[in-house]
Amino acid sequence: MRKINPFPALIAAFILAAVGLTVENEYYLGVAVIIMIHALNATGLNILLGYTGIISIGQAAFFGIGAYISGVLSATYGWNALLTFPVAFMGAFIIAYIIGWPVLRLHGHYLAMATLGFGMIIYILMNEMDFITGGPSGLMGIGDIEFFGLYFGLDQAYFVLMSVYFVFVLFMLELFDKSFLHYKLKFIKSSESASNSYGLDTVQTKLLVFAFVAGFTAVNGSLYAFFVHFISPVSFSLKYSIELVAMATVGGLGYITGGVIGAVILGLVPELFASAEDYEMLIYGGLLAVCVMFVPGGIAGTLSRLRKKDA
Amino acid sequence: MQFLYSGLTGGSIYALVALGYNIIYNTTGLINFAQGEFVMLGGMLIYTLFAVFGMPFIIAFPLAVVTALIVGLLFERVFINLVRVKSDINLITVTIAASILLRDFAMHIWGRDTVTVGEFMPVKSIELPGGVISNQSIMVIAVGACIAFILHLFLKRSKYGRAMRACFDDMTAAGICGINAVMVRVMSFGVAAAVGAAAGVLISPITFVTYDDGLMIGLKGFAAAILGGLGSFWGAVAGGILLGLLESFAATIMPSGYKDAIAFVVILLILFVKPAGLFGKRMAKRV
Repeated sequence: MRKINPFPALIAAFILAAVGLTVENEYYLGVAVIIMIHALNATGLNILLGYTGIISIGQAAFFGIGAYISGVLSATYGWNALLTFPVAFMGAFIIAYIIGWPVLRLHGHYLAMATLGFGMIIYILMNEMDFITGGPSGLMGIGDIEFFGLYFGLDQAYFVLMSVYFVFVLFMLELFDKSFLHYKLKFIKSSESASNSYGLDTVQTKLLVFAFVAGFTAVNGSLYAFFVHFISPVSFSLKYSIELVAMATVGGLGYITGGVIGAVILGLVPELFASAEDYEMLIYGGLLAVCVMFVPGGIAGTLSRLRKKDA
Repeated sequence: MQFLYSGLTGGSIYALVALGYNIIYNTTGLINFAQGEFVMLGGMLIYTLFAVFGMPFIIAFPLAVVTALIVGLLFERVFINLVRVKSDINLITVTIAASILLRDFAMHIWGRDTVTVGEFMPVKSIELPGGVISNQSIMVIAVGACIAFILHLFLKRSKYGRAMRACFDDMTAAGICGINAVMVRVMSFGVAAAVGAAAGVLISPITFVTYDDGLMIGLKGFAAAILGGLGSFWGAVAGGILLGLLESFAATIMPSGYKDAIAFVVILLILFVKPAGLFGKRMAKRV
């Protein structure tokens, strides 16, 4: 067992505290919240792609399922925000389990296409089932998160809530990275037949990981919905799924910090180059291609290699 | 009956796109996620040559296809060849990245708006039992069938086609027999791009062209390819036509918004029930 390295979580906590104390502008705090949500989604995908070898190009669908479950329950039925989170998690978990049962027996290209097709179907359903989702014009009137007399309607408050959750998840991920489960998943990734012959139920393990990550992504979707208060299908299109793949790959597949690094870098691109909005996808595609071709392991992988060289 | 005619038109296009997937799959065992972008490229090139420069269609068509072929060759040299670790996940990701780049370049060159190509010949409607069909649709079906037939001859009879099939069976053995495997891979990307572009040219007067068309048509072509069985030549043709018919039939009984979902439901159903496709052979798994 390797020693637990609390530094990534601590550094993140420190940076977030510094941002929270110094930045007054609500807009920038909002950007920080959105980037944290991207980072969590990218990390979820990283667990699938980098640890388990499941290529999923439909993560935006689970993100959207979570956002819409919370949004509809809150806006149409007036539920308390907190109660919608378990529903979103379980909803996505069950859908992912049902979808994954046949899909995760597939490999490589087939798996990529199947998850992509699933994402497109969910996207079309979001657009067409306008009696539930509000259709292409979106869903409005989503409430605020409120519990124990605390109210998270303001951006500052939401930033604090999100930061606490984010650091907590980072710490859990560090525990996961040092756990037995992590080795099990990497074993499945490196050779499915070998892990089968060692008595691992690979399909069942992959299924549970896939469903759990789907639930996790859905919770991020709920957090997103309660932050922006307005959701429309555009946010959950294939483009977002591909952006997540880019974030995880550029950041570093198979490194716990990879998703976070990728999300911060690629999430800041549209903010820094607001004038060059047209070139946003060009930057995404270019970075993705360069990383896959020349930088295996992405940024996190390169950093850890450099560190090992020094030591 | 009307749905039969429109289904055949759309189906011929899907069949051509599916053949493009098959050519690459049969030589490299790879799915090119950017295949649809070549369809868009074909449409955009014919728009430039035919509508903007005013070339006669007989010259513009081959020129567009040859240009796409060259782009296909470059595509392989730049994206596939340079990937250091050629694992499945890396190759999938790099073709996705390449499709983003192609789409974005197209957006910068031709703009965000839909472009109208205009008719290649005067449009006439022909009365058939149970409906009408335009001579445009007939041209799509006829030229599509011709391309499929030429491709079939190329793959089965010509030296290059045989080399391609040998590479799929066993890359190493083919290399020992003196086949330049890299050359074959490059060429398969070129041919696939050319076939995709031809499909794009044919469909452009009917559906018009937008820079982000490639994604949808690429996915539908893939649905057609696995419906017929990935790697099976006539399977791809049958799958394409079947998908076209299914889509246009669905449009008669469902709200049109769901029409695009058909292809994805087909992808999922086939992958669930019979991943080898309707006409494909079950392949042994290599451990």
